[in-house]
Amino acid sequence: MPNFKGKSIVSLKDMEKKEIMHLLKKAGEVKSGKLTGVLKGKIVASLFFEPSTRTRLSFESAVLGQGGSVFGFADPGASSAKKGESLSDTIKNVMGYCDAIVMRHYIEGAARRASEVSKVPVINGGDGANQHPTQTFLDLFTMVEKKGSLDGKVIGMMGDLKYGRTIHSLSMALTHFNVKLHFIAPKELSIPEHYYDYLRSKKIEFVESDLESCGKELDFLYCTRIQKERFYDPMEYEKVAGTYKIDRSSLEYLKPDTYIMHPLPRVDEISEEVDSDPRAIYFEQAHNGVPVRSALLGLVMGTI
Amino acid sequence: MEDNRQYKVFKIENGTVIDHIRSPRGLAVFRLLSKNNNSLISIGLNFDSKSVGKKDLIKFEGKAISKKETDKIALIAPEATINIIKNYQVIEKRQIDVPEEIRGILKCLNPNCITNIEKVENRFTVVEKKPVKVMCHYCERTAEVKPDMIDKE
Repeated sequence: MPNFKGKSIVSLKDMEKKEIMHLLKKAGEVKSGKLTGVLKGKIVASLFFEPSTRTRLSFESAVLGQGGSVFGFADPGASSAKKGESLSDTIKNVMGYCDAIVMRHYIEGAARRASEVSKVPVINGGDGANQHPTQTFLDLFTMVEKKGSLDGKVIGMMGDLKYGRTIHSLSMALTHFNVKLHFIAPKELSIPEHYYDYLRSKKIEFVESDLESCGKELDFLYCTRIQKERFYDPMEYEKVAGTYKIDRSSLEYLKPDTYIMHPLPRVDEISEEVDSDPRAIYFEQAHNGVPVRSALLGLVMGTI
Repeated sequence: MEDNRQYKVFKIENGTVIDHIRSPRGLAVFRLLSKNNNSLISIGLNFDSKSVGKKDLIKFEGKAISKKETDKIALIAPEATINIIKNYQVIEKRQIDVPEEIRGILKCLNPNCITNIEKVENRFTVVEKKPVKVMCHYCERTAEVKPDMIDKE
């Protein structure tokens, strides 16, 4: 059985398949109520150097719901980072006050650096455009919950595949499974070439597609937001964003059992009229953040 | 017309010959090694080569290059050969070896990488050897090694 005690969770590249499967199993036990109170007496620091709603609140809910305590900041302006303190020094201080650190940072590699100087486990809640492993765990948990397993499944990833760290983490994690990937994105926002290299090295089948042609093949359509600020020309944004939008009419391209996922927040890439469709599972997906993060914290602190 | 010049680049008595540098990387290798180097240096560019197509060649009179310098050459010219010369004879054929992990020699070109913001030693994993492609240990960006990634120190 994989032993997570003391392990920092920084990137999907550090995670073996058996560790991911073990985490998903334990998350299922938390969700079903088989595991309770797993963080009793534990203190978690929540250091958010970049704004977050779901990640921060679901981590905090996870800690409180399992009997632990949580402290920290949601705004770096409230920390000594504002006074010029280095990340390493912040972590060396905070590790003395807690049993685990959850952090998000706008700098890529910040979580890796923190894990190297910390004596308590560090969980990466997102580092710039790099990784967001806990989002990936809850994505995988939701997929397995809905379809039983990932092997043989076809997953479409749509929207901003270039800057979307959830896409980067998820595509790396999916290399552990026998899946086929469809990348649906404007060419300006296609997934960085080194992810293609990584997928090729893991012998994962992938194609660049459009929703009309691949929709009937998909088990999951994973949408992400196209951010306006990525475009120099607002007209170009309007043109592109409209093409990668899901509304009631685009549901026709999908199978009756193609689930629609999104890491949220959404702006207008999924129309609200889609929310009531049984295939729309993005809020359920977000709620799964709580059992998954509870299980992960319990595992790294050795209480599960 | 037949090229019957005796030497295109003169022989050296003592020093180092770096050969089979894939063109046009010769000047980049020269820049790497020329800091604080007052030795006589001959450079030949664009020779025909069976192994690399066009090659560059550098000869340093009176300079034996260090292990760290060899490692740097390996990153931008992995096919190069290094011969140490004494009394006009090759006394050592040094193997160019691209390591699995590189610490300190390269810098990450991602401006938003922690290594460019805080004082952190650079670390890279080599993901491909010819040409050398590396992944930053911190920001996880992968890039082919270019001369401007090599730390000038």
